[in-house]
Amino acid sequence: MFDIKDLYQEIIVDHNRSPRNFGVIDDADKILEGFNPLCGDKLKLYIKTDGQNINDIAFDGTGCAISIASASLMTDAMKNKSIDEAESLFNEFHALITTEDKFDSEHLGKLTVLAGVKDFPGRVKCASLCWHTLRSALVGDNKPVTTE
Amino acid sequence: MNKKNNIAEIQNQTEDFDVEKFRKDFPILHQEINGKPLVYLDNAATTQKPKSVIDAIEKYYQKYNSNIHRGVHTLSENATEAYESARLKVKNFINANSTKEIVFVRGATEAINLVAQSFGRNSLSKEDEIIITELEHHANIVPWQLLSQQTGVKLKYIPINKDGELVEPEYKKLLNEKTRIVAVGHISNALGTINPIENIINMAHEYGAKVLIDGAQATSHTSVDVKKLDCDFYVFSGHKLFGPTGIGVLYGKENLLEEMPPYQGGGDMIKMVTMKETQYNDLPYKFEAGTPNISGVIGLGAAIDYVNKIGLENISVHENALLNYANQKTSEITGLKFIGTAKQKTSILSFTLEGIHPHDVGTILNNEGIAIRTGHHCAMPVMEYFKIPATSRASFSFYNTYKEIDALIEAIEKCKKVFS
Repeated sequence: MFDIKDLYQEIIVDHNRSPRNFGVIDDADKILEGFNPLCGDKLKLYIKTDGQNINDIAFDGTGCAISIASASLMTDAMKNKSIDEAESLFNEFHALITTEDKFDSEHLGKLTVLAGVKDFPGRVKCASLCWHTLRSALVGDNKPVTTE
Repeated sequence: MNKKNNIAEIQNQTEDFDVEKFRKDFPILHQEINGKPLVYLDNAATTQKPKSVIDAIEKYYQKYNSNIHRGVHTLSENATEAYESARLKVKNFINANSTKEIVFVRGATEAINLVAQSFGRNSLSKEDEIIITELEHHANIVPWQLLSQQTGVKLKYIPINKDGELVEPEYKKLLNEKTRIVAVGHISNALGTINPIENIINMAHEYGAKVLIDGAQATSHTSVDVKKLDCDFYVFSGHKLFGPTGIGVLYGKENLLEEMPPYQGGGDMIKMVTMKETQYNDLPYKFEAGTPNISGVIGLGAAIDYVNKIGLENISVHENALLNYANQKTSEITGLKFIGTAKQKTSILSFTLEGIHPHDVGTILNNEGIAIRTGHHCAMPVMEYFKIPATSRASFSFYNTYKEIDALIEAIEKCKKVFS
C-alpha cells in the first residue's frame, strides 16, 4: 500500500499552489502545446533559446497537481541549461518516473520528488506531459504533443 | 436537527430494500483495494456483473459453445436457442413490438454509428438538418459529425442551462421542416440529467423527423417502453446494465429498419449470394453480419433476468434515496461545487473541489479504496459550457450503500487535507 503523501509531497503541493515560471514569454522563439486528451490537461511551453542554450522558459495552462508541479519544477531546472543538457535530463527524468533503474538523484535535484508517480501508473503521463512537450520543442519536430 | 431528520427519513424510505443481500450477488464487490474495502462508485462508466451473468457466460463456453443459425448439431441448436431467447428478453425489456426490431451490436456507440450510416448516409443531403444537444456523450456527437462531413447535412445543438438541463424553447426554435433526425441522450452520463424525451420525441414527430434516443445511461435506472415513447430508434449497452462488455442493442421501428440498407456485409446477413449479387436476410439478421458476440448476448439476457427479478421500480427508489443522501452530505463540504443540478436527475454526482484538480481527487480516493471517474466523461462540450476541464463523478447503483457514501465524504475531506 502506498502512502498518498509519497505522491503528494510538500514540494509538489507547493509548486501546484504557486507554480514557478507560470506565464508567457513574449519574445519566445519556441512555443509549443502539450495535451493529454485522456484528462484534458493542457500546457503551453514558451522557450527562449540562442540556438544552443535555454535562456528563459515559462509555461501556462491547466492540469492536475502532478502536471502543474512537474512543469513548474521542470522549467526551474531548465533555466540556463544547454539543449544537450536538457536532453540528458529528459532521459534521467523519464527513468525516474518509469523504472526502478538507478538515476543520479544529485543531478535531478528537486525533480526527484516526482519519483512517487512510478507507483501510480495512471499518473505517469501527468508528470511527463511537459517533458515530452519540451523535447518536441527542442529536438523533435516541434509539433503539438499529445500523450495518447 | 432538521437535516438529521431528513437523512433518517431518506434511510427509512428504503429499509425494505435489502442491499446487503443483493451485494452478495456481486463477487467483485467483496475485496480490498489499497487495504480498504472497495467502494465502487463508477457505475456510469460500467456496472459490475452479478454471479448469474458470469455463470451464464461460463456455462455457454463450458457446455454449448457453438456457432449459431447454421449448425444442425445439438450444441448449435442450444446456442441458437439461447441467443434468440435473449433477443426475446430484450424485446420484452423495452416493450418493442417484435424481435425483428432488436438488433445486437457491440454497444450503444456502434448502434448510433449504424443508424447514422445506414439511415442517414443514404437519405440525407446538405438541405437537411440533424439536431443533437450540448449534453451528449461523444458517441452521440461524432457519428453525426462524420455524417455531416459525408453528406453535408447540417448539425445543430440544443443548448443547456446552468443546471445542466436542455433549454426546451431553444429546441423548438431549432426544429423545422428540414429537421430529419433528432438524436438525444435519455440521461446525461456527465451530469445525470434526465431529459424530457417524451416531449422531444413528440415535437420532432410534428415535423416528421425521426428520433434516436441514446439510452446508455438509462436502462439500469429506469424502465423503458419504446412503444409508449414512440421513439424511432433506442440504443443501449449491455455492460452498463450489469451485462458483459462488447454487446449492445439497437432498437428500431420495423418499417425503418426494413427500408435501411445493411451496415456491414458478411455471413449471416444474407439469404443468397451469387457472384453477381446478394439477397439480404430478413430483420434483424440483415444487420448482424458475421458471427456475433454469442456469449455477450447470453450474458445480456441473464442481466435482464437479474434486473427484472429486483425490479427497476425498487432500484430507482433506492438509488434516488442514495442520491438525496449524498447530495445532503456533500453539500456540507466547503469548496465542493455540484456540476449538474437538474430537477430531474439520476444517481450521478458530478462535482469540483476548489483548488484541487479532479485527477488528484481520483487518485486520493482510489488510495482509500474508492473508485470514481474523473475527467471530461467523453462529454467535452459539457465541460466547455461550465468552463471547467473536468469533474469528479460518483455514480451510484442499487448495490451501493449509505455507508459507502460516508466513506466517499470522508475521502473527499482527506483530499482537502492533502492539499491544505
